[in-house]
Amino acid sequence: MNNTHTDKKYEEDLKKLREEILYMGGLIEDQIQKAVKSLVDRDSDLAEIIIERDHEVNRLDVDIDDLCIRLLALHQPAGRDLRFITTGLKITTDLERIGDMAVNICERALELNEESQLKPYIDIPRMAQVSQRMIHESLDAFVREDTDLALKVCKDDDEVDQLNAQIFRETITFMIENPQTISRATKIGSISKYLERIADHATNIAEMVIFMVKGKSIRHLKELPPSV
Amino acid sequence: MNSETSAMEDSFANAQSSVLTNEPESVITDDVRLRVEGLFVYYGKSPAVRNVTMAIKTRRVTAIIGPSGCGKSTFLRCLNRMHELTPGSRVEGKVLLDGQDLYGPGVDPVDVRRRVGMVFQKPNPFPTMSIRDNVIAGFKLNGTRDRKIIEETVERSLRASALWDEVKDDLHKSGTSLSGGQQQRLCIARALAVNPEVLLMDEPCSALDPIATAKIEELIHELKERVTIAIVTHNMQQAARVSDYTGFFYLGELVEFGETAKLFTSPEKRQTEDYITGRFG
Repeated sequence: MNNTHTDKKYEEDLKKLREEILYMGGLIEDQIQKAVKSLVDRDSDLAEIIIERDHEVNRLDVDIDDLCIRLLALHQPAGRDLRFITTGLKITTDLERIGDMAVNICERALELNEESQLKPYIDIPRMAQVSQRMIHESLDAFVREDTDLALKVCKDDDEVDQLNAQIFRETITFMIENPQTISRATKIGSISKYLERIADHATNIAEMVIFMVKGKSIRHLKELPPSV
Repeated sequence: MNSETSAMEDSFANAQSSVLTNEPESVITDDVRLRVEGLFVYYGKSPAVRNVTMAIKTRRVTAIIGPSGCGKSTFLRCLNRMHELTPGSRVEGKVLLDGQDLYGPGVDPVDVRRRVGMVFQKPNPFPTMSIRDNVIAGFKLNGTRDRKIIEETVERSLRASALWDEVKDDLHKSGTSLSGGQQQRLCIARALAVNPEVLLMDEPCSALDPIATAKIEELIHELKERVTIAIVTHNMQQAARVSDYTGFFYLGELVEFGETAKLFTSPEKRQTEDYITGRFG
């Protein structure tokens, strides 16, 4: 017995699926990084470019879906191939949603760039950094079938949640002290929420990776298992 | 994994299994109809089946899969002592039907084959017999002459094999006048006529087209309400569709045995994974 498929075309399609997902993941990481940059640097041109580039993310989403459905229909996969393909379907959905969040960040950045800056952005870039790292690591875990790394991603979600709560408190304080800031403070709060959701999507990807490798689900548990 | 998590997983697994078998949990019995213990089968010197232990549950469908020559048909044929018809074959180990060893002293193989029926790869109705006579060919061997009982048995068996509506007006016609799929259902009716406890099926659809195959598979779902079924198939999707439990054979050994849904999504053994995903040879 060996590790390659007797069906070469099938093998090629599976490889292609892996590559497409990784390509999409790389694009998404870049989208988030640049979206936050457009906010911090008050660079509206960059924000427009990122919004425009979401088309490419959407196209990849559709293409990968098509590939997965074709693989399911033509090869009736089982075992780890089945888990890989269904994981691919779900990962793509999460990535596409992350792409939408990057667009939302850019939209708020465009609005915020029209007004004077409320405060220096410190926690938002930190949050973005952690969220982006989570996506990167969840996809790394996907490629290397590394469940320890996937579990770490799930745990890192707490850090982002805490930063989000902190930013929420801070923006509320601004609004209470000076109602003139309400519009800007709500937008910053929204961006924080987008980043928090991005981390949630990265967590979903990591959970799916654990399912893909181990064949067991750790989703919707009250507490994360110490190991898988 | 902590105890809470594993408890949650257990309850999840239970819920899942009752959904998959379409029955409330209380109906699922753990009765074992056929218990195979340490079975070896030899043709000449080398064993074709090596040390197989397996429990075939009552009113469940158990599928046997594996590459050609892995011993799956040989294994199946041991379950009703059919392999004895091959010269030079020898069996070690036990096959217990409701606790009684089929290979024990004083057990009549003919009686075993009545209680454990078999359907073969190619439909094999008796060519000179009518449809009616085919159905009751085995049943008549127990000496029944009563016409009423015979007619009832013909109808009951043909209804059970989902063939009645198609042939009820042509019972006098030759069995071989039917289509391949109908002939196979006729053979199933013939096997059911003697009220077996277990029905063995050795690749029952491999000579049939997809529609006829679908009919047989639907029939298997209906039949398992009253009879225990073990089926050998080359078609893994078929095993996945029709069975509750699946055993994977390789080189005469039972590599893995478990719930079908589990075996086809996340098998325990690497060899099983390689086989069901097509990474083989």
